[in-house]
Amino acid sequence: MSVRGAARVRSAARAGRTARPVAGGRRQWSGLWFVAPALLLYGGLILYPAGRTVNLSLWRWDGVNQATWRGWANYVDVLTDPILRGSILHAGVLVIFFSLVPVGLGLVWAALLTRRRIKGLAVFRLVFFLPQILPLVAVGVVWRWALSPQGLVNQVLGWFGLDQGRAWLGEWDYALIAIGLIGAWVQSGLCMMLFMAGCGRIDRDLYEAARLDGAGPVREFWSVTRPGLRSEIGLALTVTVISALASFDIVFVTTNGSPGHRTDVPGLLVYQRLMAGDLGHAAALAVVLSGLVLVAALAAGRLAQGREDR
Amino acid sequence: MRTSPVERVASYLVLTVMALGLVTPLLGLVLAAFHPPGAHVAGLSWPERFSWGNLATAWQEGHFASLMGSSLIVCAIVVPLTVLLATLAGYGLGAMRTPGRTGLGLVFLLGLTLPIEVVIVPLYHDLRQLHLTDSLITLSLVEAAAFLPFGVYWMRRVFAGLPTELVEQAVLDGASPWQRLRWIQWPLARPAVATLAVLYFMWAWNQFLLVVTIVSDPNRRTAPAGLGFFVAPHSTDLPLLSAASLIVIGPIVAVYLIFQRQFVAGLLAGASR
Repeated sequence: MSVRGAARVRSAARAGRTARPVAGGRRQWSGLWFVAPALLLYGGLILYPAGRTVNLSLWRWDGVNQATWRGWANYVDVLTDPILRGSILHAGVLVIFFSLVPVGLGLVWAALLTRRRIKGLAVFRLVFFLPQILPLVAVGVVWRWALSPQGLVNQVLGWFGLDQGRAWLGEWDYALIAIGLIGAWVQSGLCMMLFMAGCGRIDRDLYEAARLDGAGPVREFWSVTRPGLRSEIGLALTVTVISALASFDIVFVTTNGSPGHRTDVPGLLVYQRLMAGDLGHAAALAVVLSGLVLVAALAAGRLAQGREDR
Repeated sequence: MRTSPVERVASYLVLTVMALGLVTPLLGLVLAAFHPPGAHVAGLSWPERFSWGNLATAWQEGHFASLMGSSLIVCAIVVPLTVLLATLAGYGLGAMRTPGRTGLGLVFLLGLTLPIEVVIVPLYHDLRQLHLTDSLITLSLVEAAAFLPFGVYWMRRVFAGLPTELVEQAVLDGASPWQRLRWIQWPLARPAVATLAVLYFMWAWNQFLLVVTIVSDPNRRTAPAGLGFFVAPHSTDLPLLSAASLIVIGPIVAVYLIFQRQFVAGLLAGASR
């Protein structure tokens, strides 16, 4: 839920501000009837379990026998146990690939494309959004093959004489990076489309003025495009950072944490510990993950906010 | 604006290179699905003759009749339920002077940032205690609950942004909030509702972690969850695995092609997974 969700934090906050007073000044208690069904379902099946997770994170429990109180000990383990802590560090590495790479590439490409109208954009858009709508499990299957020794990646490398028949997802040094590249593949099209749509909303006169002032492409990008895209950059960062931190599907299908815990991510360990009957550590790791996601969403939201305040 | 031919060519070059990068791996999957069963598929390669039988084999061995049925049931429950509840709550928070609407809005806002991981531990355990797991209805309700915060915000923004003139006239005519929703705001909001419904279908179809946590019987799971557990035992049979993937992505790609405009609107609004 997080990824798509947090994306809306920014505009949602804006909606709250612009909501107009309707139907005079009196409070409408009947409004609660409209909100109640959604609140009950969401409260009962998301908020309450989330609270339960916080509670469970303070115990050692296998789900069957008597639970024993551990206090903060599970959190200490999350931050000190090499495997648990490693998963968080891996998530940090994935942020680079799932988020910074697509946003960076998207900006460069969008900058190249802002100077003219693109004919046939609808067709390109159809392709660019394709990785976004596919189930990540299927994306994982695609890249299991593409990154295998006989896969597409090695085939392409072979054209340049670089194919060494590597199993990219099976090598200690490359597996996590390979997963990162899958994420970059998924998110790049979205980032580019977001930025192109944002560029379309920038006043064309600003570009004309920049040209008249003799600005080159780089100067134009820095002075016109970049500030104009502030909210889109914030949105792209929110969506992609959260997809990196809370990743599960792709890792589960491609490596399942191997080789030697090199590709463990928090989501995977929460699931594995839960299935193994280590509810306390699963819960503590889930809480830490949620904290990271919240911080990331707030940071990206602040970044996006800047433009509206000016 | 005038642009030089170089820039023009560069634009299309960039777009084309990227489009190829996105399409080629998928094309590889499609081609691999039609190679002879068990074949070693080296890179992107055209099958000598198309083995259509892989689809039927994958359908049988993966129990996809049952999995696809589950997927359809879940989508059929989740989409109308979430659209209805999100519309009502969005209306209550965006178009009415509901007491506490700012605080309630923040409660839903929090839900936008909660990852699925934070609810699966108690859900797995507690629902088992209550004998509520392995039920598609339970799964659908949990998915609906997880998807609601986005919809509530989406609809709240839609209702708050509608022109007020018609509404004010209706208030003067003595229309109740319900009548205003039914006859004025709902018809105006329909395009946005359509986008929301399409997004909800996509999320319900693609959801993985909740499915494997709540439904433990592999054959009762949804299609993507089935695929996730089809991979390991069939990892050496690439054509079969690819065929199974095609079965799973077929419906969502079809829906994508039909409702392109809604998908684009939703994704550009940040409605990623």
